Amino acid sequence: MNISGWIQLLLYIAALLLATKPLGLYLCRVLDRDGKTFLDPVMKPLERLTYRLTAVDPRQEHDWKRYTGAMLLFSLVSMLFTYAILRLQAVLPFQELFNPQKLPALSEHLAFNTAASFTTNTNWQSYGGEGTMSYFSQMVALTIHNFFSAAVGIAIAAALVRGIARHTAQTIGNFWVDLVRVTYYLLLPICLVFAIVLIGQGMIQNFKPFASAKLTEVVKAQVEKKNDKGEAVKDAEGKPVTEEQTTDTQSIVEGPMASQIAIKMLGTNGGGYTNANASHPFENPTPLSNFLQIFSIFLIPSALTYYLGRTVKNQKHGWAVWAAMFLLFFGGVMVAWHYEVAGNPNFTALGVDPADGNMEGKEVRFGIFNSALFATITTDASCGAVNAMHDSFTPLGGLVPLLNIELGEVVFGGVGAGLYGMLIYVIIAVFIAGLMVGRTPEYLGKKIEPYDVKMAAFVILVLAFSILGFSAWASVSKMGLPDPVSGVLTDGTNNNGPHGFSEILYAYSSATGNNGSAFAGLTANAPWYDTTLGLAMLFGRFAMIVPILALAGALARKKLIAASAGTFPVSGPLFTSLLVGTVLLVGALTFVPALVLGPVVEHFLMHAGKLF
Amino acid sequence: MAAKTHSIFDPSIIIPAIGSAFAKLNPAHMVGNPVMFVTEVGALITTILLFTGGQGASFGFLLQITLWLWFTVVFANFAEAMAEGRGKAQAETLRKAKTETKANRFRSDGKLEEVASNNLRKGDFVLVKAGEFIPGDGEITEGAATVDESAITGESAPVVREAGGDRSAVTGGTRVLSDIIKVRITANPGETFLDRMIGLVEGAKRQKTPNEIALTILLSALTIIFLIVLISMKAFGLYNGVDFSITVLVALLVCLIPTTIGGLLSAIGIAGIDRLVQKNVLAMSGRAVEAAGDVDVLLLDKTGTITLGNRQAAEFMPAPGVTKEAMAEAAQLSSLADETPEGRSIVVLAKQKYGLRGRELHEMPDAEFVPFTAQTRMSGVNFDGMQYRKGAAEQVKAFAGGHLPETVQSDVDKISGMGGTPLVVASNERVLGTIYLKDIVKGGLADRFERFRAMGIRTIMITGDNPRTASAIAKEAGVDDFLAEATPEQKLALIRKEQEGGHLVAMTGDGTNDAPALAQADVGMAMNTGTQAAKEAGNMVDLDSNPTKLIEVVEIGKQLLITRGALTTFSIANDVAKYFAIIPAMLLVSFPAIAPLNIMRLASPQSAILSAVIFNAIIIILLIPLALRGVKFRPLGAAKILQRNLLIYGVGGIIVPFIGIKAIDLAVAALHLA
Repeated sequence: MNISGWIQLLLYIAALLLATKPLGLYLCRVLDRDGKTFLDPVMKPLERLTYRLTAVDPRQEHDWKRYTGAMLLFSLVSMLFTYAILRLQAVLPFQELFNPQKLPALSEHLAFNTAASFTTNTNWQSYGGEGTMSYFSQMVALTIHNFFSAAVGIAIAAALVRGIARHTAQTIGNFWVDLVRVTYYLLLPICLVFAIVLIGQGMIQNFKPFASAKLTEVVKAQVEKKNDKGEAVKDAEGKPVTEEQTTDTQSIVEGPMASQIAIKMLGTNGGGYTNANASHPFENPTPLSNFLQIFSIFLIPSALTYYLGRTVKNQKHGWAVWAAMFLLFFGGVMVAWHYEVAGNPNFTALGVDPADGNMEGKEVRFGIFNSALFATITTDASCGAVNAMHDSFTPLGGLVPLLNIELGEVVFGGVGAGLYGMLIYVIIAVFIAGLMVGRTPEYLGKKIEPYDVKMAAFVILVLAFSILGFSAWASVSKMGLPDPVSGVLTDGTNNNGPHGFSEILYAYSSATGNNGSAFAGLTANAPWYDTTLGLAMLFGRFAMIVPILALAGALARKKLIAASAGTFPVSGPLFTSLLVGTVLLVGALTFVPALVLGPVVEHFLMHAGKLF
Repeated sequence: MAAKTHSIFDPSIIIPAIGSAFAKLNPAHMVGNPVMFVTEVGALITTILLFTGGQGASFGFLLQITLWLWFTVVFANFAEAMAEGRGKAQAETLRKAKTETKANRFRSDGKLEEVASNNLRKGDFVLVKAGEFIPGDGEITEGAATVDESAITGESAPVVREAGGDRSAVTGGTRVLSDIIKVRITANPGETFLDRMIGLVEGAKRQKTPNEIALTILLSALTIIFLIVLISMKAFGLYNGVDFSITVLVALLVCLIPTTIGGLLSAIGIAGIDRLVQKNVLAMSGRAVEAAGDVDVLLLDKTGTITLGNRQAAEFMPAPGVTKEAMAEAAQLSSLADETPEGRSIVVLAKQKYGLRGRELHEMPDAEFVPFTAQTRMSGVNFDGMQYRKGAAEQVKAFAGGHLPETVQSDVDKISGMGGTPLVVASNERVLGTIYLKDIVKGGLADRFERFRAMGIRTIMITGDNPRTASAIAKEAGVDDFLAEATPEQKLALIRKEQEGGHLVAMTGDGTNDAPALAQADVGMAMNTGTQAAKEAGNMVDLDSNPTKLIEVVEIGKQLLITRGALTTFSIANDVAKYFAIIPAMLLVSFPAIAPLNIMRLASPQSAILSAVIFNAIIIILLIPLALRGVKFRPLGAAKILQRNLLIYGVGGIIVPFIGIKAIDLAVAALHLA
């Protein structure tokens, strides 16, 4: 935990804090259909044209049911669109330009998993980006979702905030207007600038086929022998036959990277252009690009808390929510950083200098602090981009990203998703503790009634049900368990014991939380995992958004109760601690047994000398 | 039943409650409480496993776990039965008043017939004579009578009830002491006031309030979540090669689901209504009690609530050239025979301030007293050849020859301006000075209103006085606002206006013309002396007819909500320690390396699990007194109350079970129970 780490952390926090208010104010204008922005001369004609072409009346607001209907319809259509492109990528026109590597179409289950993944802002990748996706698939099928899934998240958050701010109102906004304005006025302009900055840092942006380079040192390796059908060849005893493979050239990735990376980070998408994601030198070339990437993850979520305060006319509340998020973020960084620095005692015995900490799975360019910081931020938010392998973290260092996701990614969180997730905890906190001031619970002048509690409880239930339910299923089915007779791992984890379990748990947590990062080691591109993970993503996204929009509608309809000295305070250190406490008690308690059986047991076993 | 409080340890309540706690084990009853229902199902499963075996643990351990799981359910039932028992004891007293009586009903031809009181229907007319019980709720249509209402109010002094006006309502079960009245019955048998009261205090007809429903939803969701947690835990264990025993999983489940608040929730609600009953206030629903906690505007009638009913002499202001003593003596003389509270207060003031001994009437045999009449508007005495008079300024002016000294006239105006009543004193033609009669604000009210302000509650005084008078009294009493020259319509309009501004309003009232306002208010407390219409319109009835009690009603409402929130927070916070007790115990055998996780250093895995289960059951019993009495209420701002309660019930809820479980573990180990 060195001084350079502390300086970078302080720099990061200061930058985030400084950006929150200006961008928050800008968000207020973007999310108001009549808001004026400095981009109006350029974007207003485009916005008007879009409405005319799509026959949207921007003046007309919708109640929550129509808003939800529009959101679901949009998501379904765009998901089918992506599925179609992925299945057809080998036969679409302009193959020389858009698919120079002649990549084949994706399988049904991988295309489903990927379409679900990008529609839900998860960007879980059961594939390696550069070896699977044509340029067209990358730029169109996937990147549109990077924009739209982010815009949908922000729209939902805005609808909920409107529901809180309004009273005796029927409508919560117009989904199409929110979608268009967020995309045109917020995401596109920032990404344009951001992509150019990234190119300046050395990130690639071209349509060239992959380059080829001669290796100065030829590599020889024993690999499994495959027959013509691609099946492993086995000898008489059923053991796989190996053959020597010589490699003397290296294929170097090319393509339109910077344009995709900008929105990948800003929209908390996280889907890497390359399989190595942000640890690849092209995808994250410099310390500055690393800093800007993690900064852009929290940028919009942090500004949204300011938007909340501004819109509900209680800026202190906005900052109290920000503070709660910050505390949870800070705590996470501290734990992850500490345990990565502490390293693995068993390596010390093998002659590794304990001062090096745990460098397994980390990019030397970034080192321990930037890997721990990146891992915490990417899972606090629902980003999922990685610059180090979370699977190789120490057990408790790896527990942080896992827990962050399981808390619902409410620590700044995904764009929009973090705020609406946190507001669910706010409502639960206000409901439980609100009684303790001697009034029936109310939040910013709205009474919290059975219907509201039902919706909030449903959201928490979905999270627990999807993560624990699917993980339990995978744990006891052929999906995850080693073969009981031969002990050979089937189509599941590569590591068994608590670590293998952590991989399964992480996969379903990541999918349900729409994060997209992974504990590698799980062979996820198999029909079972592709399908169940895809379902978990859809579940984790839409089974949460629908009750949240219902809640927004219910809150908007309520009468406003006047505030007084007897009103439950939703600002100040007391409220912030209460909110942090609620997130940890209600959120974390659900996952304690799972976390103990995974990372915690592994931690103690590691100290007892047993590794997985 | 009036003001009859029962000790929490009253054996006459505890013993039947124990029996009732077992009777409530009937699943049909338990379904209404999802948390405890899951606990009961869990207990049932462990019981079955106990006898089918195959659990790999000693029979004694499994038996103890099973027993404590059953105790958890029984303890929760016991809490509810205790709360109901206290209500029942009060209902018993009421029921005695509900004796079957004969009634003299008017037939359609106008003749009387004798029928049993439970055959009376709404709209029947009955005749009730002195010494008879009034057979049902009704309204006097003819006559007036003194009525003994002690059965309901506990107040032994009889009250006057008469046809017409605001004192025409009579309650079934009360007894006519004198005179004859004709009563129109207004309630069918089983729907009378007494029936409703009995139902309410017994908790039999208690419906869950919206807040209780919302809380039950949250508690049920938590229960389902922990069910998922425990079922998935079994699977996770299998992946790791650990086969968790079902009994232990059930034990952990019961510890984690919010059994503490689940077991005490209904007891808290019943006890809230019960506390109101002890104050002689009947809430028509639990909802009304909660609304009382939410109220942030109190409409208080000036007379009777803020001021004493009568005005009192505060000062003598002599005319020029008259000594204070001379004036005081004349004032005293003129009031000697005046039996009104105002007159007596003049005698008292003269005695206290000027040492004038009140002369006894028999010392003045030749004195001729002149009583107050509506025509003269003066009273006084003719004594020793002098005519002493006191009265309204205009009348005394005429009496004294049509002239008032300038100072006196200005005193009179000044007193009126301060909201007081001026009385001018004269002897023969000579005007001696002015007596200042003022409204006396009840002691301690200003303080109380100040505390209300801190809690965010605004007080508005309602009075028929003119704005100047009202303003002066409002200032002295420390209320935030006032409505002067108030008519019932204005009162209703004020309530509507406040409600539109997002406020919740409480008020008291007794007259028929108060009924619309009582119905509109969020908490409308009708006086028992009031009309039937007022009682029907409000959602509370004060049997003592003391409007000041509205303030206490608000406090009880808040206390109820605070208790509910505090125990919910406590219950959820408890889970941290329970995890620390049970999870290491479950894993220690398979993964001895996790021993450091047993931070409480509990003696053995079995004793750890047993201790957590015992703590979980016993805490319900230990918290019953708190649930029934309520968390101590302090009139502070929301932020301070929250801070305090979060510290006690939130942070305390995390710490207490660590200590409790450790203590139980020591005992379990010492007794070799596990």
